[in-house]
Amino acid sequence: MDIRTTGGPATAEEMAAVDGLLGEPESLWEGGERRGSDDHLAYGGRATRSRRHLLLPVLHAIQDRSGWVSRGALEYACRRLSIPPAEAYGVVSFYARFGLQPRGALSLHVCDDIACKCAGADELCAALENAHGPSGVVWHRSPCLGLCDRAPAALVERAGMQHKDRQIAPFTLAQAESILGGGAWPEPATYSMPRQAQPKLLRRIGAVDPESLESYRLHGGFTALGRAEVIGSDAVIREITESRLLGRGGAAFPTGRKWESVAKAAARPHYLVCNADESEPGTFKDRVLMENDPFAIVEGMAIAALATSCEKGFLYVRTEYPLARRRIENAIAQARAQGILKLEIEVRRGAGAYICGEETALFNSIEGKRGEPRNKPPFPVDVGLFGKPTLVNNVETLLNVVDIVVEGGASFAATGTKDSTGTRLFCASGHVTRPGIYEVAMGTPLRALLDTAGARKVQAVLLGGAAGSFLTPDQIDVPLSFEGTRAIGATLGSGAVLVFDDTADMKQVLLRIARFFRDESCGQCVPCRVGTKRQEEILERMLGGRDGDGRSDVLLLSDIAQAMRDASICGLGQTAANAIASGLTQLKVLNV
Amino acid sequence: MFGAGGGTSSYQEAEETDLIILWGSNARETHPIFFHHLLRGVRGGAKLIAVDPRRTSSAEWADIWLGIDVGSDIALANAMAREIIHAGLAHTEFISRATTGYEEFARCVEAYTLERAEAETGVPAAAIKEVALAYARAEKGMICWTLGITEHHNATDNVLALINLGLLTGKVGRYGSGLNPLRGQNNVQGGGDMGAIPARLPGFQDLEDPEIHDKFARAWGGATFPGRKGWHLSEMFEAMDRGDLSSLYIVGENPARSEADQGRAVRLLSGLDHLVVQDIFLTHTAQMAHVVLPAAAGWAESEGTVTNSERRVQRVRRALEPPAGARDDIDIICELARRLGSDWGHPTAEQVWDECRSLSPMHAGMAYRRLEELGGIQWPCPDESHRGTQFLHARLWKHPVEGPRAPFHAVEHDPPVDRLSEEFPIRLTTGRRLDSFNTGVQTNEYTSPLRKGEALLISPEDAQRIGVEDGECVRVSSRRGSVDVNVRIEPTLRPGLAFMTLHFPDQVSTNILTIDATDPKSGTAEFKASAIRIDKIPAQVPAS
Repeated sequence: MDIRTTGGPATAEEMAAVDGLLGEPESLWEGGERRGSDDHLAYGGRATRSRRHLLLPVLHAIQDRSGWVSRGALEYACRRLSIPPAEAYGVVSFYARFGLQPRGALSLHVCDDIACKCAGADELCAALENAHGPSGVVWHRSPCLGLCDRAPAALVERAGMQHKDRQIAPFTLAQAESILGGGAWPEPATYSMPRQAQPKLLRRIGAVDPESLESYRLHGGFTALGRAEVIGSDAVIREITESRLLGRGGAAFPTGRKWESVAKAAARPHYLVCNADESEPGTFKDRVLMENDPFAIVEGMAIAALATSCEKGFLYVRTEYPLARRRIENAIAQARAQGILKLEIEVRRGAGAYICGEETALFNSIEGKRGEPRNKPPFPVDVGLFGKPTLVNNVETLLNVVDIVVEGGASFAATGTKDSTGTRLFCASGHVTRPGIYEVAMGTPLRALLDTAGARKVQAVLLGGAAGSFLTPDQIDVPLSFEGTRAIGATLGSGAVLVFDDTADMKQVLLRIARFFRDESCGQCVPCRVGTKRQEEILERMLGGRDGDGRSDVLLLSDIAQAMRDASICGLGQTAANAIASGLTQLKVLNV
Repeated sequence: MFGAGGGTSSYQEAEETDLIILWGSNARETHPIFFHHLLRGVRGGAKLIAVDPRRTSSAEWADIWLGIDVGSDIALANAMAREIIHAGLAHTEFISRATTGYEEFARCVEAYTLERAEAETGVPAAAIKEVALAYARAEKGMICWTLGITEHHNATDNVLALINLGLLTGKVGRYGSGLNPLRGQNNVQGGGDMGAIPARLPGFQDLEDPEIHDKFARAWGGATFPGRKGWHLSEMFEAMDRGDLSSLYIVGENPARSEADQGRAVRLLSGLDHLVVQDIFLTHTAQMAHVVLPAAAGWAESEGTVTNSERRVQRVRRALEPPAGARDDIDIICELARRLGSDWGHPTAEQVWDECRSLSPMHAGMAYRRLEELGGIQWPCPDESHRGTQFLHARLWKHPVEGPRAPFHAVEHDPPVDRLSEEFPIRLTTGRRLDSFNTGVQTNEYTSPLRKGEALLISPEDAQRIGVEDGECVRVSSRRGSVDVNVRIEPTLRPGLAFMTLHFPDQVSTNILTIDATDPKSGTAEFKASAIRIDKIPAQVPAS
């Protein structure tokens, strides 16, 4: 294993943080003191290495306690889990959350992503820069924090024995100064759900007490799970298949078909993963669902596990969503305590990596590795988490499942269009007077949504987030369905609807998107690693008006885009040029 | 083993077996190629058990590490055998059909109770039992060993003790089960196969068998050559000491640095009437020679074959012209023969190989063309329609057994010759590291980020007791001599156990400390067990 670094020993505090999660070391060989029996005997090997998947939780424990991950702490973690330090260092440095340099206990992350830009994040960041120096020391610029409905947004954290973290939005300079000066933190951010006719998926939001199982029961909770237990696995899958539900995570794969494949997979065990790593800029629906209707997600997971006979479930939620994480953990604990939930579900915390929303990158992250996507095939239904058949579903998908089991697949399919059944959640933000989550029947024209949300003088709409594409004002009659958007070369993606009015500086928006992908490329595939960097450079050059033959730069960009589409193994690289290309060709942002 | 000196298994089997005991081997560092195969097995679910006084980087991969006291291998193996027998896990059918000597063996191991084994090895009795039963119960299991077994005064007995375990449980001669000495170089196996051992002709054929002797004599045009076995290296040094050996021709070996009790070795080499050294470098031994014959490098500048630990004969091709003056070993030997009055012509490597094939039945089918086509061939390969032998001794499982039965050998524990005493209370064991090779002739010419030079590795507890700090120079003494060396504190060593390498003879002559107590059968010295004392060097008082 060649376990050695040059960092000196871990501090007592760091060791306590690790031991708090893993238990006390049992021998010298696990990093403890020498006992007599250590001289002639050691157990380890597979038993130790099989805990490798605990690396991220261990790193979180260290980071939560100290505010950064020292070499000594890393070496101790490696000793405990039998991981070569070089490999663990590769993991630490992969994730934005973990610091490898000493930091203060307090850290303030300010979102400067697209929606927050529309709400004055640039001015906020400029003021912070003036007062506290550039990002990266006292405060940190952050990609989308999923609070676009309350922009601008921030996440504040304090490391220590009592680690605290909280999302705050709308966030002001005065609040920033107060927090950095050691003042009390403002109340956590809530959510915006504008009034809308007959919400279905959203019907319990605001009505149910998200911390009370009883309250959820009173709203009809766990009747779906009860019915699923009665009708059995095959019947559940039949209902899901009949509902023609397509996955809500962005890829729109038929849920029923996925479930059937996992149910039939011979290898054991089967794993269930709820993908709650909502990181697509402009998207916040899963956060609102987890924060306000967590029991329903747990119920959805229980049904999915029952139907596909999964032995164990994971819910992977981005670390930037502390309230959602706590609510889900609470819901799982309550449902387990009451004996309603038989499935063991572990909540795993992301660590600041957009790519981990990609399902195979997410598997690697749960396994304690760098969040680098895997080649497909083999697909997760055959070889997924820990190499076993795995069912991965998005939060919104699982919420739909709960309703389908109660009302039946046919009834569910009556809403929406022939190819896009049910309703869909959209996250309206940017230049709208009523930002928030909207639930509309599939096929509803985008224009109707924009009207309800209060969009005026629309210059452009970014549909589907950074991985989506820009629509021009003459395209906003497009029906919000998978086939409707596909017909105009767009995508529903994550359900993000970012609106820009005629005052928006679209050049800066494009540049922010380019920066986002350069930052978030995992670096595994060369076309994406180099392409996202070149894309940003070329855009910068074009926007600066330097050396400018715009036309040849557009050609160069489209070459790069093609290379990334053809030769990246995952959706990030394949879509990293979409929004920028549509911005240049559809919106004519640069008049080239 | 059982007449053929080679590992019984193939690398592929290491990848597909259920349990591997790495016994006296830090393969992670010293046999990295094999270890990669082993790791594939481990990743595929095989259990790994390491038996080694040190918790090496190989042992870190192991599910169980048994940290035995140096030289207590037989006590451990015999106690394991006793546990297996008592648990009713001996493979009685295999034993009765395919082996001999079981009763005597069983009587012998009966004295090795767990309590006795714990006392001799230091390993808790329960762990010994656990490993014994795990090995016996595994459907497929391998024992692999290296110098931790063989660099002892009773090397052969150590090996026999391990073979006994394989026979007892029927873990030899079947796919995925075997007994494997790992070879430390790409062609150690090939050297033995070609007869570079005292009692054998190419193909492990018995030199003292008149029929075999005649076969070779006829093929070599009626040449006369001794019909009795010669000396192995340690016996040669004894003969030098007696004055019976006065001229020596050394090819590719550096005994002035690699022999135990180096002071004696150098003295005896210096006293020779005539010393010829053939090497690719001007080694310390070459510097003492009357005649040096510069040779081409075997792996890049000449044609031929090498044979690895899984008995696979592979082609080696010339990629570079040797530097001016350096000549291919075949040229040198043939030229020497001509000067001595026997013209062997100028055969190519392939012609030499074909001659070998005509005389060594186990190589007979290995034409160059076939070696190329099949990516090497594992011996035995008796004819050109044979694809080689993946694992040895399948014959023991035939009904009825083909060839001779495999013998058990009752062997007794015999502790290291260099006893610990009040004067020499610390056990020094020697070994090798990933980035260096033997006496450093081939490795010290380039740098490695891992290489930190020679040091005496001791436990933090011993360092504290002696009152020395990491990096401090100490005097290390054995009954044979003293060296000064820097201390390196190594938490993986237990109190009372120290470690050095032999990689940096110019810096520290480790072999001044080692003992030349030699196994009479294999001729290997007990490099693994010396008794030493560590003394703090008093601070120099500046002259006033």
